[in-house]
Amino acid sequence: MHVPDGFLDAPTSVVTGVVAAGGVAVALRKARGELDDRTAPMAGLVAAFIFAGQMINFPVGAGTSGHLLGGALAAVLVGPWTGALCLSVVLLVQALFMADGGVTALGTNITLMGLVGCFTGYAVFRLVAAVLPRRTSSIAPAAAVGALVSVPVAACVFTLLFAIGGTAPVDTGAVLTAMVGWHTVIGIGEAVVTGLVVASVVAARPDLVHGARHLVEARELEIRRAAA
Amino acid sequence: MGAGHGHRLYFGGHSAVHRLPAHLKVLALVGFMLTVVATPRDWYPVFGGYLLVVVSVILLSRVPLLYVVRRMVIEVPFVVFALLVPFIATGPRTDVLGLAVSEPGLLAAWGLLAKGTLGVMASLTLAATTEPTDVLVGLRRLHLPDLVVQIMGFMIRYLDVVTSDLGRMMVSMRSRGMNPRSPRSWPTLARTLGALFIRSYERGERVHLAMLSRGYTGRLP
Repeated sequence: MHVPDGFLDAPTSVVTGVVAAGGVAVALRKARGELDDRTAPMAGLVAAFIFAGQMINFPVGAGTSGHLLGGALAAVLVGPWTGALCLSVVLLVQALFMADGGVTALGTNITLMGLVGCFTGYAVFRLVAAVLPRRTSSIAPAAAVGALVSVPVAACVFTLLFAIGGTAPVDTGAVLTAMVGWHTVIGIGEAVVTGLVVASVVAARPDLVHGARHLVEARELEIRRAAA
Repeated sequence: MGAGHGHRLYFGGHSAVHRLPAHLKVLALVGFMLTVVATPRDWYPVFGGYLLVVVSVILLSRVPLLYVVRRMVIEVPFVVFALLVPFIATGPRTDVLGLAVSEPGLLAAWGLLAKGTLGVMASLTLAATTEPTDVLVGLRRLHLPDLVVQIMGFMIRYLDVVTSDLGRMMVSMRSRGMNPRSPRSWPTLARTLGALFIRSYERGERVHLAMLSRGYTGRLP
């Protein structure tokens, strides 16, 4: 999924780099609003969690496995701005310390997985959550739908970039079919895993889930007496 | 746990490449890769020159060439794609070993492979010769936003803590008979990730409180 060096031509890479830098700058300001002076340690730990989450390989069958991308998951758990910021830092660390994803393609990777992945996932999540009943049990399915949609949308944006600045003479229609088809399969896996992870966090600590916060705050304090 | 530990790709040494300030190395890497990406792919001798530059920097750093080559497996999925391009690309066909492949596709595959491989080699050289803390200092000197550098610092510092936390969970699940190869283990793996998120988040809160009690005001010294 990480775009390497030389996949898109230099002008496209520079433009996506500028888009990514702008997005990260806005995310920085907004994340500080979400977390105030806790931003650095909290975002750092969440980024480490996302990195660890990407290390788990989920068996798909026939000997292949896929791993979580985590855009929608991060957006639902910590909010879209902090989530996009964390994913961008993960991609930066992977490019600089693990040679995963090209240095010149960093802007493309941040735009696709950080910005598009997080915000599409979060927007769809909010839409679905608005339709479903206002209960904490609706959070996980809504997050799953968000994850399901975010992966093919990121693939579509990639195809668009490829049509503009691609370096291989492959028919755009064929790229679109292949990318969207393949990423819908990945998206299904992403959706199942995201839904299950969010469900387990909602069950244990609903107050930590950014997407469920409005439900937790609306809860009234109940004092139950033990039967005498 | 902390700054003293090298990370997975770092190969300790005292060569000139190791001692070079990190911000110069990052700048050199980005500049070099932008040049490589902007080079037309049919200038074949120029790519030979690029390879020579990367290999001589690796030799100068006294990092064994095999150490870098072995870590280039990260490129494999992308190589598979590049090898497919001649078959799916449009344009006039030509025969290679009895297979009809697209001519511009062949050229494109060469370009992808050459540029991608140079990128991985150059990035690995930076990672192998620079301590993570030095890279952070370099990025700050390059005027990357202070908050981004701080977040990166915390991520790198706690990466081993969080991943070994996950490792311990996986070991204990395996020892209780979970089979990670079966899709039936998805719910278990997902609950593990959920628990890992809660642990990481709460660790973040504890780290923040510990920093506050030592006088943290939003900036690191």
